[in-house]
Amino acid sequence: MTNPENKPRRRFLGRTGAGTALLALAPGVRLVDLVLAKDEDEPASDETRWGLLVDANRCTTGCRACVSACEDEHALAKTGRNRLDPQWIRKVELVDESNDRSLSIPLMCQHCEDPPCVEVCPTGASFKRADGMVLVDKHTCIGCRYCMMACPFNARSFVHEEVTGQKSYSPRGKGTVESCTLCVHRVDNDRTPACVESCAVDGHGALAFGDLNDAESTVSKTARSQPHRELRPDLALNTGVRYRGV
Amino acid sequence: MTQRLAIALLMILSFGASSIADVNLPSYPKGRGEYCVEPTDVMRRDHFEYLMHHRQISVHLGVRSKRHSLVGCVDCHASQADDGTYISVNEPGQFCRSCHVYTAVKIDCFSCHAAVPDAVVKQ
Repeated sequence: MTNPENKPRRRFLGRTGAGTALLALAPGVRLVDLVLAKDEDEPASDETRWGLLVDANRCTTGCRACVSACEDEHALAKTGRNRLDPQWIRKVELVDESNDRSLSIPLMCQHCEDPPCVEVCPTGASFKRADGMVLVDKHTCIGCRYCMMACPFNARSFVHEEVTGQKSYSPRGKGTVESCTLCVHRVDNDRTPACVESCAVDGHGALAFGDLNDAESTVSKTARSQPHRELRPDLALNTGVRYRGV
Repeated sequence: MTQRLAIALLMILSFGASSIADVNLPSYPKGRGEYCVEPTDVMRRDHFEYLMHHRQISVHLGVRSKRHSLVGCVDCHASQADDGTYISVNEPGQFCRSCHVYTAVKIDCFSCHAAVPDAVVKQ
């Protein structure tokens, strides 16, 4: 009965325990979001779909906290030539010409459900993980950059030069394509992406991260209560990153 | 004929013996801890198989077990200089490089992967 290798049973018990603990609280009050820790040797599950909700009303022009946090987290060093610099998040300024209303939004990989970058990749290096994260397997990337051309959001960068000083959790190298990973190394350890954390620390709270399939996650609740949209809905990509106030 | 063969054999043997004596076997700093994740002879022969398997399951499936991860290798096998800074496992004479030079196998990992442990692990 007490077989330590019996993982599914252990997980079931863990989840039952979590459910019981939640029931003990008042309705609507939760100590923590029900993001159940995945065992480290458990693969990502398609029951989860990670996503981001960007609130353009809270995002401020000139603030680059998310961009800097991303650069620090993944050691995205400047090359000294702007056009060659890696850009996992870009701050985009939008102006509505009819009323001169201006907006500032972070634009990163939109983690599409049907990603064009995956469709065009000749080696299978560009792939979508079971939990919806669109990633590049740099071991098999040949640097052809078809994905960069296919991406409607211009979200991917190519590494043109030798890289040094990489973080152990974020390998990067010359000749491969890279983009926002939704901080997969953090998410797999039950943490939120670096950009979301920095935006909250700065007091803007314009970014919400969570499981879109979990009706009780912060991101799902916010998405239900507020109107939001995906960028380029005409392409029917069903993006994992959604925008409010755009 | 027999004499020629004998001379040739003698030359081959002496050449072989001298060349083995001339080559320095790889020497490298000892890793941290008492044991590696697998027996030493298994790791010598098959470490790349473990790494390849782990890379597939970690990148594509999101399995984050530490046992056969490259980060784990570097954590234990990167040695420290006198001032406490880590030396890359890809430096001459260090753990990975020494054997790879000896066996003349090009090592690709560290053009992308960190060859030293992270200085500060943020929590």
